Amino acid sequence: MTDITHHTSDAMLAAYASGNLPHPFALVVAAHVSLCLDCRAALEAHQAVGGALLDAAPVEALSDTLKDRLFAQLDDPVPVEPVYRRTGAYPGPVMEALKGRKPRWKPLGMGVRQCILSAGAQGSARLLYIPPGRAVPDHSHKGLELTLVLQGSFSDATGRFGVGDLEIADEDLEHTPVADEGAPCICLAATDAPLTFNALMPRLLQPLFRI
Amino acid sequence: MLSVRDRRDRQAFSALFDHFAPRLKAFIMRSGTPSGQAEEIVQEVMLTVWRKADQFDPGRAQVSAWIYQIARNRQIDVIRKENRPVPEELARDADNEPDAAQIVAVEQENGHLRTALARLGPEQREMIEKAYLGELSHQQISEQTGLPLGTIKSRIRLALDKLRHELKGLR
Repeated sequence: MTDITHHTSDAMLAAYASGNLPHPFALVVAAHVSLCLDCRAALEAHQAVGGALLDAAPVEALSDTLKDRLFAQLDDPVPVEPVYRRTGAYPGPVMEALKGRKPRWKPLGMGVRQCILSAGAQGSARLLYIPPGRAVPDHSHKGLELTLVLQGSFSDATGRFGVGDLEIADEDLEHTPVADEGAPCICLAATDAPLTFNALMPRLLQPLFRI
Repeated sequence: MLSVRDRRDRQAFSALFDHFAPRLKAFIMRSGTPSGQAEEIVQEVMLTVWRKADQFDPGRAQVSAWIYQIARNRQIDVIRKENRPVPEELARDADNEPDAAQIVAVEQENGHLRTALARLGPEQREMIEKAYLGELSHQQISEQTGLPLGTIKSRIRLALDKLRHELKGLR
């Protein structure tokens, strides 16, 4: 928990607090904050700004019955919501995305596997499983890609990323993450645009694998 | 808020409602949500405040910050029909209260923050409001600067360190 050296940014935390981060990125930020006390503290500082603005907000008249309706509900039984806790390498928000089940891995070739958590108009989020020494296929991307390490580590041209570290890669970065020796590397990766692969074959396979 | 949390004090909750509910409604309507729907969200937010009061930690946050996040999450869930991913809660032992000095320190830092906000020019203030009401993307926010968040982060970090230390002691 103390060794995290690659963090999220203030702009991203502010956008997360305000609810204006695309869903796949919000998942990565929530997962990183679950692992990183520094970013949890930073997020709570942004919430303090939001709270100060709320305190200073103008007031809007409420309908007469709102308060009574609310107080009538205070003794209602509290609906039971599932609470997802860290399980193995997967922090609570990832467990929630997995609906509490183990990842269902699909092979991507060369021992690399993926499990898609969400894919839609806001981008996609998936888990990647990379055996030691293997590379994630060489890719560049449109838009932004966030990669959070959950187990093991990987290295690329920008440095080494261990458990809890978050890599923020924009479209200018063409990188080849390679899993380090040791335990297989498991990452949570999110993009706000489809990835584009440089080699021909993976590009043809892209529609099949949704990567 | 502590009376609500620790004694389920309805009178204290009523005062909390009177302060926050009209502000929450204005806050929620500013993003274009109509009055009726805004009231539904206010009701759900205040009910969550009542039900999840045990998660409130005055050594880390003021009640306004805590309610702000509950309200933003709820509003986004309703508008986008999705479930916002939220960080895992840190387990808090009800017997381990943060010390008074820490609570005062957090209050002080919040005071500095409010002073800084009050000193902003109208344009900058507008930008900050837009950012924290979800009207700016993170790219747009990264082009804005000017809030002194450094000390408040280290105060909260202190509280979190202490909490983590206590949690270790429990294991």
